[in-house]
Amino acid sequence: MTELAWIENALTSARPQAMGALLRYFRDLDRAEEAFQEACLRALKTWPLKGPPRDPAAWLIFVGRNAALDSVRRDRRNTALPPEDRISDLEDAETDIAERLDDAHYRDDILRLMFVCCHPDLPATQQVALALRVVSGLSVREVASAFLVNERAMEQRITRAKRRVAEANIPFAAPDAVERSARLGAVATMIYLVFNEGYSASGGDETVRASLCDEAIRLCRLLLRLFPAEPEIMGLLALMLLQHARSPARTDPEGKAVLLEDQDRTLWKRANIDEGLALVDKALRHRQPGAYQVQAAIAALHSRARTAADTDWEEIDLLYQMLEHLTPSPVITLNRSVAVSKTKGPEAALKLIAPLADRLSGYFYFHGVRGAYLSEIGRMAEAREAFNRAIALARTPAEASHIREHLDRLSQRVSAD
Amino acid sequence: MLYAILCYHNEDVVMSWSKEEDDAVLAKRRRVQKELVDKGRMGPAIRLMPTSAATTIRASGSEQLVLDGPFAETKEQLLGFYVVDCDNLDEVVDFAKRMKEGESVTFEIRPMQIFEKGNLTGKETLTL
Repeated sequence: MTELAWIENALTSARPQAMGALLRYFRDLDRAEEAFQEACLRALKTWPLKGPPRDPAAWLIFVGRNAALDSVRRDRRNTALPPEDRISDLEDAETDIAERLDDAHYRDDILRLMFVCCHPDLPATQQVALALRVVSGLSVREVASAFLVNERAMEQRITRAKRRVAEANIPFAAPDAVERSARLGAVATMIYLVFNEGYSASGGDETVRASLCDEAIRLCRLLLRLFPAEPEIMGLLALMLLQHARSPARTDPEGKAVLLEDQDRTLWKRANIDEGLALVDKALRHRQPGAYQVQAAIAALHSRARTAADTDWEEIDLLYQMLEHLTPSPVITLNRSVAVSKTKGPEAALKLIAPLADRLSGYFYFHGVRGAYLSEIGRMAEAREAFNRAIALARTPAEASHIREHLDRLSQRVSAD
Repeated sequence: MLYAILCYHNEDVVMSWSKEEDDAVLAKRRRVQKELVDKGRMGPAIRLMPTSAATTIRASGSEQLVLDGPFAETKEQLLGFYVVDCDNLDEVVDFAKRMKEGESVTFEIRPMQIFEKGNLTGKETLTL
């Protein structure tokens, strides 16, 4: 690996901790970002000459903070602080600051940095955009391309989101246990939003989108290291790892979506699955079930099945019932109906989703699934109608073409009859 | 003599490697390993899952505590190890130095003994 690549990796991995601490000092996202930016520029100049510091995050915090104070002093025509190229030698100064950054402290710093992106007034897409910009350090251009908007529009969106955050006056004192757990929950949701932004194929540059999944996984690993005994964070990390493991099999060479049951399971990423399964195992020991853990357990059952036919649908049905109980939602019942159709047949599945028709009438997947059940039991005319409604609601060409295939199969069967 | 070469690195940094960077590092190391492989003196290479997957059991008084996370919170973590068969320390030092060329990883060389052979068969080791 080249020296530059190594430094860039060190800067990326130090970013959440350094930004978190700088935000605590300056209590302002823009100033924290400027200070961090300045520290990075100096790192790129200094590290190749002096070698990497022992603790890159502490170095960046120290230099970033001084650079910001320095510029204030320069403005006042005061004496500048010593140049940063000597800081690598200033072992004492570095040790000093590293000691002050005890675990508990920077744990809350990073959590706060992530939490400022989760303001409830911010729509989901803005939370994701802000997190990618502020926590992950993606450029505005990269964030814009993930969302398929132009750079200026994204710049404005992020600026607006930052203003909202500043107005929200998030307290900077260390949170108490209740507040900390509330923040953790909000941050977990935000991380899963980042993941889903990358996972759901609603357009945009594919490599950028895949990197959003990786980024969400990285942030969640970081969070779990800070809060190692939180079963829901283990569950979330496991869920994302297990879902992301399937990515090489989710699209065919022409870019068309491949359904779970048709995927080539040998393409699934083994390392991700092993880590995900290990985490599910770890989480379940806590006996504090939560929505992420249950979803991860469902994903784990799919991962354990060597072929689609080996899937333990009975157990998946039970887990979905548990999920319905934890977080009732018609979409979860719709998902459960797939397990029911496998264990009790399509009639039972149709019966289960019948009461959802009003609430899910605008949901693509509802009509697609319903169409599939109807065609399985030979109610062709109704199946066709359901598929047509699904196509009308499809958000992407891939979704529409998938349903169109169902319709093609339907007409073949009808003409064969 | 059997040696373990323990690899320590900041896992946050290693996690920010792209797959290409990761592959490049492993390919470079494999080229060096080939010398030992050809002589039949290369043992397994073990990659440990991230410390977030770790569980630690400690005694607290008479109680056994099961804790989430690694044994110690450190700036660098034990990420994996190689097992090699070398004639002496000079040989393994030379091998390890060439394997780590251009990397900021830290290698710790620990002479080791097979205490008990165990009875893992091919099935478990296939996924390594």
